Amino acid sequence: MSVIDKVRPAPAPAVAREPRVTDEHGRPIRVGELALRYVLLLAVLALTVGPFLWQLSTSLKGPTEDIFSSPPKFLPGRPTLHNYERVADTIPVWDYALNSLKVATANVVTNCVGSALAGYALARLRYRGRGVATLVFVLAMLVPVEGIIIAQFTTMRELGLNNTLIGVVLPGCIGAMNVLLMRNAFLNLPYEIEEAAYVDGADVWQRFLRIALPSVKGTLAVVAIFAFMGAWDDFLWPLIVLSDPSKFTLTIGLNYLHGTFAGDERLVAAGTVIAVTPLIALFACLQRYFFRGAGEGAVKG
Amino acid sequence: MASSTAVSRVRRQLPASPWLLAAPGLLVTGAFILYPFVSTLVNAFTDRRTLIPGRFVGLANFRELLHDDMFWTGLRNSTLYVLGVVPALVVLPLLLALLVQKNIPGITFFRSAFYTPVVASIVVVGLIWVWLLDERGLINSLLETIGVGRVGFLSDQWLLLISAMAVTVWKGLGYYMIIYLAALGNVPRELHEAAAVDGAGAVRRFRTVTVPAVRSTMVLVGALSSVAAFKVFSEVYLMAGPSGGPAGEDTTLVMLVQRTGTGLTGRVGYASALSVVVFVVTVVLMLLVLRADRRERT
Repeated sequence: MSVIDKVRPAPAPAVAREPRVTDEHGRPIRVGELALRYVLLLAVLALTVGPFLWQLSTSLKGPTEDIFSSPPKFLPGRPTLHNYERVADTIPVWDYALNSLKVATANVVTNCVGSALAGYALARLRYRGRGVATLVFVLAMLVPVEGIIIAQFTTMRELGLNNTLIGVVLPGCIGAMNVLLMRNAFLNLPYEIEEAAYVDGADVWQRFLRIALPSVKGTLAVVAIFAFMGAWDDFLWPLIVLSDPSKFTLTIGLNYLHGTFAGDERLVAAGTVIAVTPLIALFACLQRYFFRGAGEGAVKG
Repeated sequence: MASSTAVSRVRRQLPASPWLLAAPGLLVTGAFILYPFVSTLVNAFTDRRTLIPGRFVGLANFRELLHDDMFWTGLRNSTLYVLGVVPALVVLPLLLALLVQKNIPGITFFRSAFYTPVVASIVVVGLIWVWLLDERGLINSLLETIGVGRVGFLSDQWLLLISAMAVTVWKGLGYYMIIYLAALGNVPRELHEAAAVDGAGAVRRFRTVTVPAVRSTMVLVGALSSVAAFKVFSEVYLMAGPSGGPAGEDTTLVMLVQRTGTGLTGRVGYASALSVVVFVVTVVLMLLVLRADRRERT
């Protein structure tokens, strides 16, 4: 075993052996252990993804198909998009999706611009009061949002912005954690590059836009993705600030759908599939930024 | 040396623009986070309502809390939530991270799939589980098929709370798995090998090598998840309904804040007093986790 390990780079003679699946250090994994791992992985897969698939299956089952059968039928007998048409007839689901898209897009733009500017000011520029400015963002990050939500609501009322999409976006439009993430990203850049640009006569805007910003694209992408996901998925704040059904975002609309048509499982299932599909697609395309965000958010949060 | 001269040049060149750059962020943070925080602390001592400016009432709101059964119900449920959810979220994602750590074929697919519940909105997740746990839903169909019979997951006060906890754990697994995965990458391989040579089995190696190596991450996960669990709102709101299940017995503290303080008749003052309790317990939870960490270290 160990002898063959050492000569592994040379193609071993085709002797019937264990499959050469190796771990990250190039050491082989035993077949028994490998099988056990896959069994467990598949079990967890069924637990984590299964519920989504069941929802999808329910949403595709027609009005005559029994969705309560025991034992359950996992696949729709005759798949139909009928329920999706019915959701659109019941609530203005595409308007809600558009509202969610507006809120999420605005949240991405304001968070990226606002936190990049503020992060650069905190990391790269020296001025009186910089420590205080940093402290403001650190303190803000520690405030539990659920505890100030009533005061945020009264603030929005005072501004006349309750029941507007602007009111939905404003409180989180430049997240303190995003500012601190950007600050750390800028701090990690070597100063010498900007110094060289300074010698060449670049002013602060040129240095920011041409040199610093392109170097922190990865962090900016994390901020953008989490801003999008946060706004698209948010529930408590839009629930409080929006009361007019024509202004609802998808999550609030779904809650309304569930509250009013709770007995109609196919309908609610179709609604949830509409709400979750865009984010799963986004996640499928940009996985590594999602994972990176989980790591960075935890360390700095 | 070089960088400090550059810094002083930067300062000479820019008198106003640093504040200009930071201004939007400071403005938003001040107006929508720090001002509401201060205003919550102030309002807690007034009888302010949504449409009526409040008068100072001293500790009246806090005295009322002590006699409010709903407050104690909310505090109990939010506390139970921490006790139920946190141990699961500290341990299960670590086991999951160990499962997906080795780079076997297809593992990136599994890692992504396990993360999917994190990406979905809590509303979607809540409604998926409302349907799964329904009296006539999939889980009850399966239970009936294997002869256990149907269970009223969403009609019994305690089963409802436990179901909501399970949903919170289900949604959080992937997130904390990624955090643990990063931490496990830093555990020296040699430690495991030395332990294996000494004849330690998998369980023993987990206890003597893995756990000590990721201890600080476990404390971090414990702190993050306990604060989040105490502030639970959406899962219970969606599964038990806005009024909090049978006779409101599943109401959590944040649900009570939302119910009391919003709408045109909202009691802003009283809801602010409830919010102050949320702040205090959050801080206490953080301190408890950090203290438990220190004590175990010594």
